[in-house]
Amino acid sequence: MVQPSLTVRKEGVGRCTKVHRNFNLEKLRNGYLFTEIARRELQHLEKYPNAKVISLGIGDTTQPIPDNISMSMANYARALATAEGYRGYGAEQGNKELRKAIAETHYKDVLVKESEVFVSDGSQCDIARLLLVLGSNVTVAAQDPSFPAYIDSSVIVGQAGDLEDEVGKYCNIEYLECGPGNNFFPDLKGTSRTDIIFFCSPNNPTGHAATQNQLEQLVEFARNNGSIIIFDSAYAAYVTDGCPRSIYEIPGAREVAIEISSFSKFSGFTGVRLGWTVVPEELLFSSGFPVINDFNRIICTCFNGASNIAQAGGLACLSSEGLEAVHSVVDYYKENTKILIDTLASLGIKVYGGINAPYVWAHFPGRKSWDVFAEILEKTHITTVPGSGFGPGGEEYIRISGFGHRESILEASRRLEALF
Amino acid sequence: MSLAPQSISTSMISSSSSAFLSPSNLNFNSRQNAWVQAKRISVCKCVAAPQEEKIAYKTKVSRNGNLGKLQAGYLFPEIARRKAAHMLKYPDAEVISLGIGDTTEPIPEVITSALAKRSYALSTQEGYSGYGAEQGEKPLRAAIASTFYKDLGIEEGDIFVSDGAKCDISRLQIVFGSNVTMAVQDPSYPAYVDSSVIMGQTGEFQKDAEKYGKIEYMRCTAENGFFPDLSTVARTDIIFFCSPNNPTGAAATREQLTRLVQFAKDNGSIIVYDSAYALYISDDNPRSIFEIPGAKEVAIETSSFSKYAGFTGVRLGWTVIPKELLFSDGFPVAKDFNRIVCTCFNGASNISQAGGLACLSPEGFKAVHEVIGFYKENTDIIVETFNSLGFKVYGGKNAPYVWVQFPGRSSWDVFSEILKKTHVVTTPGSGFGPGGEGFIRVSAFGHRGNVLEACKRFKHLYK
Repeated sequence: MVQPSLTVRKEGVGRCTKVHRNFNLEKLRNGYLFTEIARRELQHLEKYPNAKVISLGIGDTTQPIPDNISMSMANYARALATAEGYRGYGAEQGNKELRKAIAETHYKDVLVKESEVFVSDGSQCDIARLLLVLGSNVTVAAQDPSFPAYIDSSVIVGQAGDLEDEVGKYCNIEYLECGPGNNFFPDLKGTSRTDIIFFCSPNNPTGHAATQNQLEQLVEFARNNGSIIIFDSAYAAYVTDGCPRSIYEIPGAREVAIEISSFSKFSGFTGVRLGWTVVPEELLFSSGFPVINDFNRIICTCFNGASNIAQAGGLACLSSEGLEAVHSVVDYYKENTKILIDTLASLGIKVYGGINAPYVWAHFPGRKSWDVFAEILEKTHITTVPGSGFGPGGEEYIRISGFGHRESILEASRRLEALF
Repeated sequence: MSLAPQSISTSMISSSSSAFLSPSNLNFNSRQNAWVQAKRISVCKCVAAPQEEKIAYKTKVSRNGNLGKLQAGYLFPEIARRKAAHMLKYPDAEVISLGIGDTTEPIPEVITSALAKRSYALSTQEGYSGYGAEQGEKPLRAAIASTFYKDLGIEEGDIFVSDGAKCDISRLQIVFGSNVTMAVQDPSYPAYVDSSVIMGQTGEFQKDAEKYGKIEYMRCTAENGFFPDLSTVARTDIIFFCSPNNPTGAAATREQLTRLVQFAKDNGSIIVYDSAYALYISDDNPRSIFEIPGAKEVAIETSSFSKYAGFTGVRLGWTVIPKELLFSDGFPVAKDFNRIVCTCFNGASNISQAGGLACLSPEGFKAVHEVIGFYKENTDIIVETFNSLGFKVYGGKNAPYVWVQFPGRSSWDVFSEILKKTHVVTTPGSGFGPGGEGFIRVSAFGHRGNVLEACKRFKHLYK
């Protein structure tokens, strides 16, 4: 995740074309958050080459993929060398068996059809494709703080308006503040209508999983306003306390919500690349045109399907053996997260999240999050993520991710205890 | 309101009407995931609805007007649909697909064992890797640079690995935004025009011309050697250029590309050069735009492992953006592309990348050339067949596509005739733009037996 070297040679320096830079891209003030975190970590490593840096910043999975799953992928790959096993282009919407398995495994108690499931190479890509479908003339709301791709992609597509530097907010985006004061659920009564509402639960970065009641309010709000919810359920497997794992558990959601999800944090597929989006048939634009038709058109034109090998892996993840194996890895990360919560709580630091998500949201009242980030990195060689990277509502917070080898988590806890 | 269907006769589907209106009686309903009897609707009259019909809930979100401009589905799903409909109609027919350019031959073992090895490694402590660099794994970027761009001044850092050229085209369009103008060859690979419409760069579709407003269509015909007369081409910001060309098979010469680069320089335009078929070149035409001096200041190049290594399902490609390529304000294009790649993408699959690296090893690259050689032999067989039948045949020498002329005939009609009478799927030229009317694209991807059988059937039909 290092930026390419872009020094333009002085002699015979490139002559400019007459193509204007896309002004939407000019509105992005900094690089993508996680790119910046990676850069800082590298810089730190250069400064302290002997330090054992522990990465609890970018939520990157660390534990190996269970054997039966990687074996399925290996077998599929080997079969590509045979006449019977060779496959060319797959359906852009995904392999039928996999779509069916996703519908039956993740949505077994709610009404989601195989034909409504679109397999992809991951949520970050799906978010961009969804915004391409929706176009630049829609208005967007996102939680504050939230996963930066929602807002950044919205800026890129031209929905966000200009950045108001002093407050760090884009003027056309509705920021739904989520904090301890409102139980990490926005006050919808005070929220303006937007066409699209991004909502992530369990939440990255706060770790809060919205309750049934909260999601009912959200669906009602969307219905009353004729809005579309884009519900990010990438961390559903981490839910511990019975909170809804899918927006479709809420009656009426099929007519107002799209759901995106991913195998990344579920099966360690962060590098393998696999995810999916559900677009219900009943979801209609104001003209009555089905959203699914437009999404399908984008998938067929701007995409060519997820890798067939990754899809074979996904199918193996959803077998009963696969699910069992995958859930043990999820449990491993959940235990990591618990260790971190306990450590920070014992230090008297107010922590949130961590119960339904692999993220701990730690509060450092009165302090700038980038300063706390820098202090932790400098003094304990631990990378975290400053809360303000997720939006102005994240200021004073630090996100610590529970992905890592157990020894690293334990060592990190020791170092944090020493610092604080 | 219910719609009273009016049936349409085939005479209404002429070559001048929208390229994608279908006379077939079966539709694939993605919602029901099934083939259903099509309502033969083209013109609809609204009549009063019966009272029992439930009013469906609608959101208040307006549909993206750009998507409304698209005339029909993307070309290749339409070909697939027609093929499936045909197979339903003739369940005993042995349908041969020379339509969608889908690779058929197995991937060489040296490459699949690398794919398998990486898969296994992911289940070990030492071999597991999570998120990769969005720009691609360093060794692969380096291998692409040294294999394809040796001595051209293109470095590892200029290469962005992706999950394929089609996806890269859309990501490039996102970088460019809606306020740029674009030019395409006519005919051309439909993703350039379609992605441009989706981004909002175009005007409405003009039915009479079969063109979208604001796109500059650069006619490529037999008469001009499939290279546009640049003196008649208006300036646009972006110029999509594919060579060897899909669908015509034409490979631009060094002289032609020099003129293209000069044209771009004079106009301050950016060329997006699609070189996905470069390894199919038989003669000494350039394989990369960067062989042309000065190209680094005006061109982006995109390519793919799909047609080289049979990676159509595995998904791997790359885009080259030279450091010297700058927007009008001096801002490097590569920097914006990098931002899109980091925000709207998360890298190509690590397993696919391991396969890509194996493709570029000496043993792997040799094996890749063997498979390409196989498809080139297929192409020769098809060219020879149509030549022997007295057709005017183009392409085939430098690309796995044969561009056969059927003067005065609607390409969809010829497509249907060939499908009905020989059970061979091809692609109608007008699907690639109005300049494709009167032509059929026959792709050379297929098992040798199927290609030979298809040619036998062509000989029978057109003797």
